Parts: sequence; structure tokens; C-alpha cells
Amino acid sequence: MHPAGSVILFTVASGLGFGLLTWLGLGLPDVRGWAAFFYYALAFALAVGGLLASTFHLGNPQRFLRAFSQWRSSWLSREGCLAVACLLVMGLFALEAVFYDAVWQPLGYIGAALSVLTVFATSMIYAQLKTVPRWNHWSTPVLFLALSLGGGGLLAGQVGPAIALLALAGVMQLFAWLSGDGRFQERGTDIGTATGLGVRGVVRAFEPPHTGNNYLLKEMVHQVGRKHAVKLRLIAFALMIAAPLVLVMISSSALMICLAVTCHALGTFAQRWLFFAEAEHVVGLYYGKR
Amino acid sequence: MTTLPETSAKKLGLVIDLDTCVGCHACVVSCKGWNTENYGAALSDQDPYGADPSGTFLNRVHSYEVQPETGTAQLIHFPKSCLHCEDAPCVTVCPTGASYKRSEDGIVLVNEDACIGCGLCAWACPYGAREMDQAAGVMKKCTLCVDRIYNGNLPEEDRVPSCVRTCPSGARHFGDLGDESSEVSQLVAARGGMDLMPELGTKPVNKYLPPRPKDVPADLDILAPYLEPVSGTQKGFLGWLDKALEKL
Repeated sequence: MHPAGSVILFTVASGLGFGLLTWLGLGLPDVRGWAAFFYYALAFALAVGGLLASTFHLGNPQRFLRAFSQWRSSWLSREGCLAVACLLVMGLFALEAVFYDAVWQPLGYIGAALSVLTVFATSMIYAQLKTVPRWNHWSTPVLFLALSLGGGGLLAGQVGPAIALLALAGVMQLFAWLSGDGRFQERGTDIGTATGLGVRGVVRAFEPPHTGNNYLLKEMVHQVGRKHAVKLRLIAFALMIAAPLVLVMISSSALMICLAVTCHALGTFAQRWLFFAEAEHVVGLYYGKR
Repeated sequence: MTTLPETSAKKLGLVIDLDTCVGCHACVVSCKGWNTENYGAALSDQDPYGADPSGTFLNRVHSYEVQPETGTAQLIHFPKSCLHCEDAPCVTVCPTGASYKRSEDGIVLVNEDACIGCGLCAWACPYGAREMDQAAGVMKKCTLCVDRIYNGNLPEEDRVPSCVRTCPSGARHFGDLGDESSEVSQLVAARGGMDLMPELGTKPVNKYLPPRPKDVPADLDILAPYLEPVSGTQKGFLGWLDKALEKL
């Protein structure tokens, strides 16, 4: 799949933003006044900034309001609805914390639940696609949630839970990479089933329908991005998981947490690039590619 | 609504005969022509006369080589467009309700006025049947020429999809695959019509008829008896010349 910058920025930033909102909704840390202002400003900037970035890849973004209509069937629509609901609830909760020094905690719990559900809906946009075997697995939502809550936990200064969640994310990431590498083959979809001709013999793509490029190849048979996959996996894992864990275990001072969050965010960008670039869509089979 | 209709009794679709398709791409051209001039946004081209041309098509013809265990390889031309799946994953993922499947005849369509151009339906389609138009920013797909098949202004023989009307080898058939007595259903039953990627559970309406086994005559070289070298000795002047030259 084509690793579009806007979608990478969206999933990384909003993942961290909603992760931080989850912890703030739980009252961890229970901040008021100016402290609350800075925490919530950061959380909203990440969450809203990410959502705005996601509209950059739309062909007709001016019709975005329509995307809130199909929550009964579409994970993308559900994500939009949940994100707006979460931002409204957490907005109210933030107003209380910043200006009134008194919060109604149940509102925060609702907001935290909505934050988690928003990240879950984001992950399900990818996990639901049978056409991309690498994504179509329970490990996708678990990894997205662990990264969001782990990264958000770092931002919220919740070092203990953040260490546990990042460790879980690390294990899930290794599992996702190792099990994902063979899943396309395991599913049994190949050029033979794609053309229905596999029962007759060995099928080879002889001639493509067009000599130039097209939308399908650019969007779904993006092979260039996989060139440095192994190196990028190492960089992603080191920055996203290993470095933050080591840094906060050395010291949980504000400076160390800042460093850890920066490493984590950079690593997550590399991870998300790979998430798209390494994902093979079955349509590539029609072109004799993966 | 992007939820799928429970059932559609009528299932309009195409039956494509891989045995008779000659790979001329006439269906591709006629599809592009009809759908650029009629329903919805035109099918645009980018850099059409330049070094890197590309464009939106609703129908494309691949060619595959199949090598059986014994015997010679076979070349099979393979037209591919939307299969109007009964369990269409492109419909349910749509966040705006622009993508829908009609309950009255099963045709999968895009309401271009509601499409935000997010591209998720193209990701959900295993067959590459949907292409985002780069000029209009909306998703384009085969409409089964919905503006032809019900069009009372056209002569009756033209009320079929453009690709079917154009095909010079009769490799494309249009009809109701929900009706067991229809010509297309009988064709599918007689020829063992197949689904593409049945394992993905999309239940395509369009069917493909597999190539029939090729005739293998006992003696392929039917001209050989007529090409035997003429034996015997020449007579007359040529005979004398032949002998004379041999003696030299």
C-alpha cells in the first residue's frame, strides 16, 4: 500500500493525542488550572491536528460532513463520530479542569472510554480489510491500542503503566512483523485463485492491460517503499520501543520523558511507514506482483 | 445507506467467456468512450500525450499464460471490471453512503455527489475494480451501463452494457444471474462458470467461463503427404542435361 504522508501523520499524531486524552480522562495526572491547560492543549493539538491531516488525502474534503452518516456499517464513519464525541466530552472536562478547578470525574471516564474506542475504530479501518492479509488480524488493533496508550502514558508522565504498555507494544510489534510476513501465503490467495485459472496449470502474468502506471499500481502495489524494510524495522523498534523504555527506566525526570516521547514519536513514524509500505494488497496478483 | 440489501432477486451482471476473448481491448475503448460522455464525471487522463500517461478505466484486459503439466502453454485474455458482488466489501466500508448496491437489480454504484474521495472502497475491493479519478477526486467504477440498459431512447439491441455491445467475438454476455432460466445462467451452468477469489467471500455476480480444452488432432502435419519429394528420372532435354552435367 502507498504510504501516504497525510495518513501516517494522522495515525501517529491522533494515536498519541487520544492516548494522552485517555490518561487525562482517567485523572492520571489529575491536573488543574495552567497545568491542565498545557496538557489538554497538547492532547487536542495532536488529536485534532492528526484528524485534519487525514483530510489532506481526500479527493473532495469539502463533503466531510457526510462521513458521519454511515456509523452503522463503516469503521471510517465510526471513527469520525467517536473522535468528535470524544473531543466534545473531553473538551467539557478540560474546561472544568482549566477554569473551574472542579471536575465531574464520570465525564472523564466517558471521555477516556471514547478515546480508546476512537483508536480502536482507527485500527479497524485497516484490520477489517480482507484484501490486505497483513492487516486483517487481531494483532492490528492490539498494537494500535498498546502504542496509543503507551505513548499517551509517556506524555501523561505515567511512567509505570507506560513501561508495561510499551513492552506489550514491543512484543505485539515483533509478533505482527513475524506472523504478518507469511500471512499472505497462508490465506491461499494467489494468481491462480485470482484468475480462476490455477486449476489448469501454472499461471503467469503475460501482458499487463496498460503499459503505463495507474491508480491501482500507485495506490496498492507500492513496492518501492519496501526497499529498506529490514533496516527500517530495526530503526523503528529501537526508537519506538527500546530507547523510550531505557530512557524512562534510567530516570523519570521531565527531561528524560521529553526525550523518550520524541524517540517514541520518531520511531512510530518509521513503524507506520512500514505498516503501509509492507502491506501487500491482493490486487497486485492480477499484475503478477505483490 | 452503505449497508447491503438483504437480497436482490434480480442480479444483473456479466458473463465473460475466456475461451472466445481475443484480447482486442475493444470493450476497454468502448467503455471509456461511453462512460466519459455519459453518467457521472468524465474518465480523465493525466499526461495523455506525454512521457508518463495514465488514466481512469472501468474495464481492463489482462493477458495470462497458463502452463499445464503436459502440453503447450495457453495464452488467455482476461477482461476485468466490477463483479457487482453480492457481499460487496466496497459498499460497507464507505463512510458517506456514496457507495451502494441497488436492491432492485444488484448493481453496485457510486453517488459521486456524496463521494469524498477517501479511496477506502478501492482498498476493500480485491479485484481492482475501482479507480479514483485524479481530476474529479471521486471514485469511478463500472455502472453496468445503467444509463443504457434501462434507456428507452435507445434501440432495444443497444440496451446492453457498452462493452457487451462492442465485443466482436461474442465473449461478453449480459443478463440476470438471479434468474436460473436466463440465457446467462444457463451458459454458466453449461460451461462451469467460475468466481474470482471465491475464498474472500465476496460472492461475485459476474462469472467467468473457463477456456475449453483445445482440439488435438492425431496427425498435426496434414500437408506432409503433398510435400513428398518427387522421385524418378527426368526425361527429354532436362534428362539429357542432368546426365551430361553428372558426367562432367
